[in-house]
Amino acid sequence: MTHQDTASTAGIARTVDAVWRIEGAKVVATVARMTGDLALAEDLAQEAVAEALEQWPTTGVPRNAAAWLTAVAKRRAIDAFRRRERLDARHEAIARDLDESAEDVWEPIADDGLRLLFTACHPVLSREAQVALTLRVVAGLSSDEIARLFLVPTSTMQQRIVRAKRTLTEARVPFEVPDHTEWAARLQSVLKVVYLVFTEGYSATSGEQWVRRELADEALRLGRLVSALVPHEPEARALVALMEIQSSRFAARVDAAGNPVLLGDQDRRRWDRNAVARGRAALAEVDRLGRGRGPYALQAAIAECHAIAPSVDETDWEQIVVLYEALGRLAPNPVVDLNRAVAVSMARSAAEALEIVDGLVARGELAGSHLVPSVRGELLARMERTQEARGELLTAASLARNERERAVLEAKAAGLS
Amino acid sequence: MSKYMLIMRSTAEALEASKDVDFEEIINQMGAYNESMINAGVMAGGDGLTDAAEGVVVDFSTEDRIVTDGPYGEVHELFNGFWIIQVSSKEEAVEWAKRAPLGPGSKLEVRRITDETDFEDFADNEYVQKEAGWREQLGTD
Repeated sequence: MTHQDTASTAGIARTVDAVWRIEGAKVVATVARMTGDLALAEDLAQEAVAEALEQWPTTGVPRNAAAWLTAVAKRRAIDAFRRRERLDARHEAIARDLDESAEDVWEPIADDGLRLLFTACHPVLSREAQVALTLRVVAGLSSDEIARLFLVPTSTMQQRIVRAKRTLTEARVPFEVPDHTEWAARLQSVLKVVYLVFTEGYSATSGEQWVRRELADEALRLGRLVSALVPHEPEARALVALMEIQSSRFAARVDAAGNPVLLGDQDRRRWDRNAVARGRAALAEVDRLGRGRGPYALQAAIAECHAIAPSVDETDWEQIVVLYEALGRLAPNPVVDLNRAVAVSMARSAAEALEIVDGLVARGELAGSHLVPSVRGELLARMERTQEARGELLTAASLARNERERAVLEAKAAGLS
Repeated sequence: MSKYMLIMRSTAEALEASKDVDFEEIINQMGAYNESMINAGVMAGGDGLTDAAEGVVVDFSTEDRIVTDGPYGEVHELFNGFWIIQVSSKEEAVEWAKRAPLGPGSKLEVRRITDETDFEDFADNEYVQKEAGWREQLGTD
């Protein structure tokens, strides 16, 4: 069954990682359906993984590795329930049920994946915990991999996942799909988790790199999985479209030295045309669903305007302004207003755009963020109010948390004369 | 991340036998397999090949190349399709290969596709340098 090379301990460890990545979610979901408890199911699945690491080097990798892991996890569940001094009726029933089904052909049912997703993104969990748990159980990443992606020590990430599981257990969160009264809000929360992972990869808020491709790739993978689980939800598909189109610019967004290259300066020949095509196809599917465009679809449409434009000047900025206006009505957000201001400056004039930005400043929105002074500085420079522009760009540089971004802002301020 | 090619090889008997199977069933199984790899974000490409009898073999054993119609006489397994997947390890490539909807008489050979690291010793070569540009233009990277 095994190849000589893959039978080494390190090779087995990589095989276990691969199986987990491909089918870990199904293993956890199947066990969680039996136990009714995601946290317990994840613990049991981990024990099964440990057992695999111990046994497979001698026994070889079983034909259906995921079924093997599921069976072992179920067996552990039975043992755990039996060991308890006083079996309550519920656990007795579960143990009996598991006993009967442990040897069954392994076949997760369709809703298990959805239950897993919604439980991992349950509102009792902090956003940080939702992200960690979703990457762990839905995307099938190891704690080690997640820790590396978020630039924290493995022990920190393990603790975060342990705490998340404890929270679920303490709050007695059922392993269920939300009912229709909660569905929309809970789906929003799931999509937010996915997009949060993507944006952290797309323009990292911390660390030495500005773009962290592998993080964005994981988000895209997660987004496709989510979209496949809820095929009739336009916003889930729209999020995939948005991420595809945005990720088409990865190669062009950093120069050889790792510095950010802003949209206007990017070499558009380096945009990944396949990614653009996939994104546009996904957006077309959203429109075919015929339920209108939500916030993610509007953002995808804006990204599409850029993706199909041969240059900054030939971009349909008026269309982008309209899309930002629609987005602002649907989901009011100062960052959207700021982006609308940039579009207005391109479609009409810097002065008109400055009015929008000054409105934000007057309302105290986005205070403390480098974004407002950065855009303001840009607009003032175009209006040849150089002195003020330089001050704003330096303020922006002092507020930027990403080192690469700060360097670009400083260079821009220094370049004004 | 590395790219691997999963090379599908089947015996002539297996290919003959597959003609009795409902073609739509094969399409459905292959489609589901492809979709699972697309959703997992590993699929980078792939295609099937038409009947080997339609093909031509160019043999370089002699000075004037020998061109023969159809599959080569002594070939026991025919190359009839491939997938290209982008994964984190050889083991992950093997796990995906094991999930392909293929039966007895078929084999999947898992081979890593070379990348720039395989040509590090020739980094100064004109064509090695050009290749990076070609890949960008073709969008194949």
